[in-house]
Amino acid sequence: MSMMFAPRLTEAAAPTTHAAPTWSPYDNNGGTCVAIAGEDYCVIAADTRMSTGFSILTRNYSKIHQITDKSVLASSGFQADIRALQKNLDARHQIYQHQHSKQMSCPAMAQLLSNTLYYKRFFPYYAFNVLGGLDSEGRGCVYTYDAVGSYERSGYSSQGTGMQLIMPVLDNQLKSASPLVLPLRQSTTPLSEVEAVDLVKDTFASAAERDIYTGDGVEIVIVNRDGIRHELMDLKRD
Amino acid sequence: MFRNQYDTDVTTWSPAGRLHQVEYAMEAVKQGSAAIGLRSKTYVVLATVNKASSELSAHQKKLFKIDNHIGIAMAGLTADGRVLSRYMRSECINHHFVFESPLPVGRLVVQVADKAQVCTQRSWKRPYGVGLLVAGLDEAGPHLYYNCPSGNYAEYHAFAIGSRSQAAKTYLERKFETFMECTKEELIRHALFAVKESLQEEELSSGNCGVAVVGIDEPFVVLDPKTLQAYIEALDSGKDEMQTMEETGTDDRQSSQVPQEGTGSRGISVGANEDTPTDMET
Repeated sequence: MSMMFAPRLTEAAAPTTHAAPTWSPYDNNGGTCVAIAGEDYCVIAADTRMSTGFSILTRNYSKIHQITDKSVLASSGFQADIRALQKNLDARHQIYQHQHSKQMSCPAMAQLLSNTLYYKRFFPYYAFNVLGGLDSEGRGCVYTYDAVGSYERSGYSSQGTGMQLIMPVLDNQLKSASPLVLPLRQSTTPLSEVEAVDLVKDTFASAAERDIYTGDGVEIVIVNRDGIRHELMDLKRD
Repeated sequence: MFRNQYDTDVTTWSPAGRLHQVEYAMEAVKQGSAAIGLRSKTYVVLATVNKASSELSAHQKKLFKIDNHIGIAMAGLTADGRVLSRYMRSECINHHFVFESPLPVGRLVVQVADKAQVCTQRSWKRPYGVGLLVAGLDEAGPHLYYNCPSGNYAEYHAFAIGSRSQAAKTYLERKFETFMECTKEELIRHALFAVKESLQEEELSSGNCGVAVVGIDEPFVVLDPKTLQAYIEALDSGKDEMQTMEETGTDDRQSSQVPQEGTGSRGISVGANEDTPTDMET
């Protein structure tokens, strides 16, 4: 008799098994992004290959997007989401300019990007972002993100399929004292602009050797007090 | 404007077929300080008379950038104008997001007009008390529109709204046929002369007026005070322009006291006059 009144595990409470999804809203178009912050410049670079699975969609696609005069966003991951994210930021920046009669600073844009990403916490932008530019004092700044908006300012960073090949190299060349050690030192690299660009080219050439999703070409954007400059370098096409 | 028993509600018609609340809203535009617009084949220029409420305060903002290719000048309740400009900016940004191209001015103007019309047909709303001169560029070229609180809009070669705008209108009527071929500098000069007419006794300076320009390949920009002052000082060098005005000048000044003499005798009506027959300009 007491069995009738004991709470029973109903169908709804029992763990259900999900069938393997036949369709995914995401795709990974591959690629790698890198950014390095200097005393008075910032170098942002990304390869130009766009792929899906083991196929190449195009050898000439830009992953880099200039949002303000001083902020440049490089993103690898799902390019459709990335394009939507870029347009979203552009629209928000336009609104900011109307309201404040000036452009957003790079640190402000960094916060906005983080908030924009977290806004879609439960259906994220499949975008691995690196934001580079000059802060309000004219020093180089680099911000790295995960897909849901966790971010940190640092002296250099890389994201994407070639990240694990490139990051150790950057650590070896550019790593500075921990920000927890006093006196606080600048995390920007003492390298000159030309040296930083050369380092970026070397890292991409190396990554293209072993990462199948990185190659074809690398687009390099340099932000400094004179404005924004573009460079293009070929990479192995295999 | 006479008070009568059909003017309490915007949703009440008068026996004469008028909505008095809407007309009162248009009166608010006429009471605001003047705004002027004129266009050529390649540029549109907006100019405003900026009144400070007291010596201690800054001037009211009456020129707003809506998008790179569109800007507005307003007369009347500038708070209402601010709200409308926020709406217009939002529409431009949304259109650009979806179509990756600039919102054509003509379309934006219709949207604003429809928004204004809604307020003339809801008992819990009131009409917007601001008139907008919308200057913009699209594939067809430059355009100047006037958006009225009634929900009407029309395109113009040149127009002026607000208090003492009749004086400016008379100047524009005289000169508008030459505007199409004007350069940017000449167009700004004409705008400043028109503003001068509205200021009448006061001296023109970058402190009491504002100018904004939009052109093909030139995004909308409100001129900063220094540039504006330079244009104002350059006006004096165009002395012959002033002479012609002074000969016929006195008539213009008086016409604002006499109802509608200007348009009638000249036969050219630059822009359909929204004014009711009993228009009394201060």
